[in-house]
Amino acid sequence: MEVIIPILILAFPLFTFLLLGLCGMKMSHKLAGCIGIAFLGTTAVLAYIVACTYFFSGDPAFIFEGVRQQYQVFDVTWLAFTQSLVVKIGFLLDPISALMLVVITTISFMVHLYSWGYMEGEPGFQRYYAFLSLFTFSMLGLVVATNIFQMYIFWELVGVSSYLLIGFFYKLPSAVSASKKAFIVTRFADLGFLIGILILSYYTDTFNFVELTQNPELVLGTTGGATYMGASVLTWAMVLIFSGGMGKSAMMPLHIWLPDAMEGPTPVSALIHAATMVVAGVYLVARLFPLYCVVDFSLTFICCVGAITAFYAAMVACAQTDIKRILAFSTISQIAFMMVSLGVAYDKPIEGVHYSGLGYMAGMFHLFTHAMFKALLFLGAGALIHAVHSNEYTAMGGLRKYMPITHWTFLIGCLAIAGIWPFAGFFSKDEMLAAMFQRHWFWGAWMTMVAGLTAFYMFRLYFLVFWGEENPHYKEHKPHDAPWQMSVPLILLAGVSICAGWIQFGEFVTWNGEPYHIHIEAPVAFTSLLVAVVGIALAAIMYMKKNTLPEKVKNAWPSLWQAANRRFYWDEIYMFITHKIIFNIICRSIAWFDRHVIDATMDGFAKVTQSVSYRIRGMQSGEVQSYVGWYITGAVVIAAIAWLCFA
Amino acid sequence: MFDNILIWFVVIPIAMMAGLGLCRNSGMKAIRTVMVVCSTVLLGLAIWLCCDFLRLREMGVTDEMVHTGSWMWYAPLNIHLAVGVDGISVLMILLSAIIVFAGTFASWKIEPLPKNFFLWYALLSTGVFGFFISIDIFTMFMFYEVALIPMYLLIGVWGTGRKEYSAMKLTLMLMGGSAFLMLGLLGIFWHSAPEGGQLTWNLLEIAHNNAIDPDWQYMLFFFTFVGFGVLGAMFPFHTWSPDGHASAPTAVSMLHAGVLMKLGGYGCFRIAIFLLPQAANELAWIFIILTGISIVYGAFSACVQTDLKYINAYSSVSHCGMVLFAILMLNATAMTGAIMQMLSHGLMTALFFALIGMIYGRTHTRDIRQMGGLMKIMPYLGVCYMIAGFASLGLPGLSGFVAEMTIFFGAFQDADVFHRIFVICSTTAIVITAVYILRVVGKLLLGPVQDDHHLSLTDATWFERLATVTLILCIAGIGCFPNWINEAINHSFTPIINALQASVF
Repeated sequence: MEVIIPILILAFPLFTFLLLGLCGMKMSHKLAGCIGIAFLGTTAVLAYIVACTYFFSGDPAFIFEGVRQQYQVFDVTWLAFTQSLVVKIGFLLDPISALMLVVITTISFMVHLYSWGYMEGEPGFQRYYAFLSLFTFSMLGLVVATNIFQMYIFWELVGVSSYLLIGFFYKLPSAVSASKKAFIVTRFADLGFLIGILILSYYTDTFNFVELTQNPELVLGTTGGATYMGASVLTWAMVLIFSGGMGKSAMMPLHIWLPDAMEGPTPVSALIHAATMVVAGVYLVARLFPLYCVVDFSLTFICCVGAITAFYAAMVACAQTDIKRILAFSTISQIAFMMVSLGVAYDKPIEGVHYSGLGYMAGMFHLFTHAMFKALLFLGAGALIHAVHSNEYTAMGGLRKYMPITHWTFLIGCLAIAGIWPFAGFFSKDEMLAAMFQRHWFWGAWMTMVAGLTAFYMFRLYFLVFWGEENPHYKEHKPHDAPWQMSVPLILLAGVSICAGWIQFGEFVTWNGEPYHIHIEAPVAFTSLLVAVVGIALAAIMYMKKNTLPEKVKNAWPSLWQAANRRFYWDEIYMFITHKIIFNIICRSIAWFDRHVIDATMDGFAKVTQSVSYRIRGMQSGEVQSYVGWYITGAVVIAAIAWLCFA
Repeated sequence: MFDNILIWFVVIPIAMMAGLGLCRNSGMKAIRTVMVVCSTVLLGLAIWLCCDFLRLREMGVTDEMVHTGSWMWYAPLNIHLAVGVDGISVLMILLSAIIVFAGTFASWKIEPLPKNFFLWYALLSTGVFGFFISIDIFTMFMFYEVALIPMYLLIGVWGTGRKEYSAMKLTLMLMGGSAFLMLGLLGIFWHSAPEGGQLTWNLLEIAHNNAIDPDWQYMLFFFTFVGFGVLGAMFPFHTWSPDGHASAPTAVSMLHAGVLMKLGGYGCFRIAIFLLPQAANELAWIFIILTGISIVYGAFSACVQTDLKYINAYSSVSHCGMVLFAILMLNATAMTGAIMQMLSHGLMTALFFALIGMIYGRTHTRDIRQMGGLMKIMPYLGVCYMIAGFASLGLPGLSGFVAEMTIFFGAFQDADVFHRIFVICSTTAIVITAVYILRVVGKLLLGPVQDDHHLSLTDATWFERLATVTLILCIAGIGCFPNWINEAINHSFTPIINALQASVF
């Protein structure tokens, strides 16, 4: 493959960022938008070329004897820590990175186009496009990383682009604190990631993904059976690295930043906080999957975290009133779905049964389809907010007559996420549930329940917004469909959400590169479909027409509803720990200690010296009599000492 | 003598002082011309030196020091003006030149007595450059003192707030450190020739003779490390830093945090570790504990400060703690990290103090509770402040990241539990740093405008832009292309690492 194309894929967004960042303020909005969209469009085309070449060219570098290979297009030295531990910046092509190239550039292009309409006339329009380009650059760099340190570098960069975009409306205190929260929570998680990399690289002496994952048993051997607190060091390393993924992918208990991140402009939420950046954790686990396989505990850990998070987020999503927050919790729940799916995938026989790594393929499949329909839902929500100027569903209702395009595309998105045949979500969810059932019935049953909840809360949202009573404000301000820049991405993404499930995904992405033929497992499919339909029916009964049923349910379990509405008090707990304990107790006492103990000691030396010198300065009085007195006293004392010593 | 390029790093600042002496007190134009010309020449010379050094290394010259020269100036005690540079000193000279250059523009409108201010400023630069080119430890110490004394007047006369108190405190504490240092250096001198013969101050000769009696090393190591550690803001001798920085005028804060604190790290490295390797191996743990505390303690203290300069001073305690911490890990990777951290901290703290000075010059307050939403009013300064903040919290692409990562990966090479615990504790600083930086950025730059009077303030002028752009370019340059630093300094560690390993067996 030509090296120039991959380089341009990274260079175009970076160049756009620098161009718009440095000279953007001198440009008109239109020019800045055109530059952003044109460069991103070119990047998307190039990414498609690369992905198609990788998947379809049949070049032996890419597919050898029917097995897809990992191919490093380039890998240049960036910084050498030691002779062998060298950080490189490179471009790795393999099934998942090619997949992510397509997903990122597609969604990013849609969002660029959409934003042209959505952000029209906003001050800082150029800055917005600059940050979008920075994000795209960082995210592309992350997925094509050839080594774990490159991934960490771009991991931090996506973190900061996310910070900048969440805080885009920087005059609003809520946006400022949301962006701060997002950055600090993910930074805290990245600390674990960093320590994990430190441990892993210390034992293996390499950062390179291909070297690490080609022979995981060898990696396990390099640690020489070293253990720490009862677990092998590799287990520690993998769990710590996963903690970085937990932060970015908003797994419990590090999920608290994602709902607040909805303070950012809605297209940003679609791009970063639904489709691309938040799946980085899933991507990280997939990237290091062979290593996770050799330490069983870490996969089980991933499963448990995912299962708890999925259920928790689904519960909370049922009790929110802000439509973007509902979608945010739905994102958390769906990412957790992917995590569980990866967690149940093993590539080696356990208790005599060989798991074919189906969960890996399914998780990646869901990552792909979820990116499409979740971006669609967020962009749809953006169109709604654009129309009624509020995030609360109480300001909406009965909108289906006013906004037909938004209505239909949103409905397609809801059907896809609920897992209704023949929409995309059905196929990927079916594969995931099949993998979970294969591993243990518990995971399957638990996640099927979550799938049912998903259908319920998504249709709750749908009915509340598009059905029910019309809001009286519509008379003063008639809501209408969005301009073409916003409608086109909606329609395109809706099209993808309908068709994407029919792709033979197993032909392209599997854990070991060998093709896998997807087939629908009838019992699993039937159950999940049934559960989804029940969820939708329940939502229809409760919310399609205004009735007293929701109130009754709410009053039946008031404390549960309250807790779900307040997200089970996680924010309060964090507030308590960070503000009350860390800030008020630890930081303040350290600062006090510094001023009143350490510094006071230093000042004390000075004060003692000063007061002593004040006391003894009387001796230099100039009075001859007192000098004579001192002279005689001194002479006597010395004489006495001499006498005592020598006599 | 004057055919040695290194001498010019001292001659030019002296010429600068002479030039300033000829200017009239109020002749702002002439003063500025002298300053700009001289600092540009210095910067050019430093860049040339750096390129030349890289070229020499590429040609395969592996001499420990290059451009060496030695001239006797006090024969009875065998004191020479001995000069020579290796990769580390070349980078430090470059750093100093950049900051002197940027500092000149940052104090463009200094009042009152501009001429006297720049005279002392030039004297301070003389000391700094002299320190970095010297390889005779007495001359080195002399230049060290030359760099410290002007600080007293610069803060006492041109400072703000409790300037007399701060100036006194800073000078006395650093002088206390110097006293320790003097004892240590004298001890090194008197033990430099154990088998008789000429006593020497030349650090290369001392190192080659591997001369110092091991029994004496412990005490001397303690004296020299603490002596330099005071200037490197090591816990618990750091308290001069918050008060001193808070009161100092902009350019002095820049030069002090940017370069002078590096004298501490450089000295620890060049004298305490290089000349006393056995003691370094055995006593490092004490100072690892102290510097480990510095890193976390400084970061936590910075979280609750409300004065911009205090926040930065405590942040410096944390970052400079990392320099000493890395040096004490006694391996090449961590030491490379220490040098990178010195560069990175020097540049970004200088940038921070420059920006704080510019903001203070407009709002007349440094209390973050009285400011807010400045990004709207002065976008250029706001963006620069944000970039400095990102560099400080270790964003990839800026210098802080490469320095910290090199330190962590180097420090992790020591596999025993003690080192591991301290390395992991010190990595938490990356989170705490993010907390206090984002807190300041959030309060100062973002959110609604706090004070309506601030609405009429103006953005940066051309000379302010020049100062900040220079620093930002250097920060981004190191952050994006760090490997040339590696290439510049990797030979410089060989003698030190060899000495350390030889002393173990």
